[in-house]
Amino acid sequence: MSKYLIKRIFYLVLTLFIVASVTFFMMKLMPGTPYTNQEKMSADQLRIMNEQYGLNKPLIQQYFIYLGGLLHGDFGTSFQFNNQPVLSLIMTRLGPSLQIGAQAMIVGSLLGILLGAVAAIRKNTWVDGVATFFSIVGISIPNFVLAVLLQFFLAFKLQLFPIALWDGWSSSILPTLALAVAPLANTARFMRTEMVDVLNSDYIELAKAKGNSKWQTVAKHALRNSMIPVVTIIGPMAVNLMTGSLVVENIFSIPGIGEQFVKSIMTNDYPTIMGLTIFYSFLLTVIILVVDILYGIIDPRIRLSDSQGAH
Amino acid sequence: MANILEVKHLSIDFKTYAGNVHAIRDVSFNLKKGETLAIVGESGSGKSVTVRSIMGLLAGNAHIKGGTIKYHDEDLLQKPEQEMNALRGSDIAMIFQDPMTSLDPTMPIGKQVAEPLLIHKTMNKEEAMKRAQSVLELVGIPNAKARMKDYPHQFSGGQRQRIVIAIAIVDYPQILIADEPTTALDVTVQAQIIDLMKELQRKIETSIIFITHDLGVVAGIADRVAVMYAGKIIEYGLVDEIFYEPKHPYTWGLLNSMPTLDTAGRLEAIPGTPPDLLDPPKGDAFAPRNPYALQIDVEQEPPFFQVSKTHFAATWLLHPDAPSVEPPAAVRAMMAKYQAAQVQAKVGTIDG
Repeated sequence: MSKYLIKRIFYLVLTLFIVASVTFFMMKLMPGTPYTNQEKMSADQLRIMNEQYGLNKPLIQQYFIYLGGLLHGDFGTSFQFNNQPVLSLIMTRLGPSLQIGAQAMIVGSLLGILLGAVAAIRKNTWVDGVATFFSIVGISIPNFVLAVLLQFFLAFKLQLFPIALWDGWSSSILPTLALAVAPLANTARFMRTEMVDVLNSDYIELAKAKGNSKWQTVAKHALRNSMIPVVTIIGPMAVNLMTGSLVVENIFSIPGIGEQFVKSIMTNDYPTIMGLTIFYSFLLTVIILVVDILYGIIDPRIRLSDSQGAH
Repeated sequence: MANILEVKHLSIDFKTYAGNVHAIRDVSFNLKKGETLAIVGESGSGKSVTVRSIMGLLAGNAHIKGGTIKYHDEDLLQKPEQEMNALRGSDIAMIFQDPMTSLDPTMPIGKQVAEPLLIHKTMNKEEAMKRAQSVLELVGIPNAKARMKDYPHQFSGGQRQRIVIAIAIVDYPQILIADEPTTALDVTVQAQIIDLMKELQRKIETSIIFITHDLGVVAGIADRVAVMYAGKIIEYGLVDEIFYEPKHPYTWGLLNSMPTLDTAGRLEAIPGTPPDLLDPPKGDAFAPRNPYALQIDVEQEPPFFQVSKTHFAATWLLHPDAPSVEPPAAVRAMMAKYQAAQVQAKVGTIDG
């Protein structure tokens, strides 16, 4: 296990290095400069600015300077956001994004598993029909549409929740709901399909033959086995959540990381673009690693143990 | 010996899109305490459905039309689900056919074997794990203590079948139902499993219903045999009576298609296919495939004729007015061999 982990961490670093390099050069290909009021600056001022930020050096040299900084944990200083170091910028903005992302993930996958399981157990009844209907609706409606609808009806009309305001946990409920629906619907669909198969399997019949009641059988044997393929879609789901949250953050005025990412690209804020890209890549690769480990915990057949040869 | 299980006039239909399949048609048999009853028949003859109805594990589209299954003077077919749960895995246990798919792939085998004990609260967790280990040793899992935490995929097919057997016997059931437990295994492993089941029967004093389509296996394990065809029992008797004095042409056909050491040339097969149970034939269901069929076989269902105190067969050939016919040569050879052996045994006892 530890050997496997070391290997995976090496790959993770390699992935981040490649992402950083490619992003760096592509970013420099973008038109425009970091100076929004460029036309008002004299040539001298521009030269001084470029010198100060090291933008007058050859591209390759800039690249190595940046990499050198990275090795020391220095992500540079933002051009736009009050000359703040990029790392602290990310950290202050990370909280809200992470909170709604994680909440949506947990709510979505847990409710999805529950909904899918109930639909499978009550296959071909009205319960199954209702669950399937909601899954299809949930997958079909984009989260930003849902976000607007939720905000209009629940926050504006009924005034149950704060509108476009980031203040306390209650203001995270609507964005979480808007983000959770797609993962919920996806998980439910996967769960239902898999559980129908599992419930027809021989080991479920054996579980019943042992004297387990219907619900004991589901709880002890069917759930875990049905969750194996569901774990596979958690990785891509997390990616969707992170990238999809950009718009939802905007709708609910959440001071999150997504909003900052969009702004930094619009203004050619090189260090912020780099920092956020590397940060997103890091988050994704870690999620994928966690999913792989989770896979092994749920399914012993692919458990990555060193002790397997011991028997 | 007392009957531990009595099945009377059991009839089961399956509702399908094509109509009602009459899978079990008036089946009656009983199981004595401590004996092994083999139910033999080809695929689709209703063997599995019969035993699944005893376990109360029929598919959702099954409909029990009539009959009773008496266990300790109670009709299992009338019992509510909760009471059946209490019996399953404790009083009545089942060994499943396919060891590769019958174990939960995500649960350590020790826990799987101990599970029935915990469900039925036979003992606490610690004792249950101890019993599980001793039962795993009993069925011949080497190094059982260390392997309790292993998962099914870490065992071979034969070992998995032993684990499936361990699950069935762990709570010392009164009735053990074995649904083709050796079909998925190599011949050498088959023999080991049969020996194991005989040994276990002696140790935990259980009655066994053994389902198979393999007559060779039957000879090794059964006390009595019931032959099923098209949802009915057509002949039953002691194992020697079925092998060496078979009366029903279908039993002849089965014996004739069993390879023995004396088999020379082509192995005979029973021609044709079993009847469609959506619309079972009026007379003897075997008549269309039966080279010895009489006119009455097509018109009227044969009743059971008594051959001996323990041996019954449902064929018109046993009617006093029926012409006498000879069974196929291979069956005659088996019968002759057996009679010679019996004579020898008698001579032996006289000499002794």
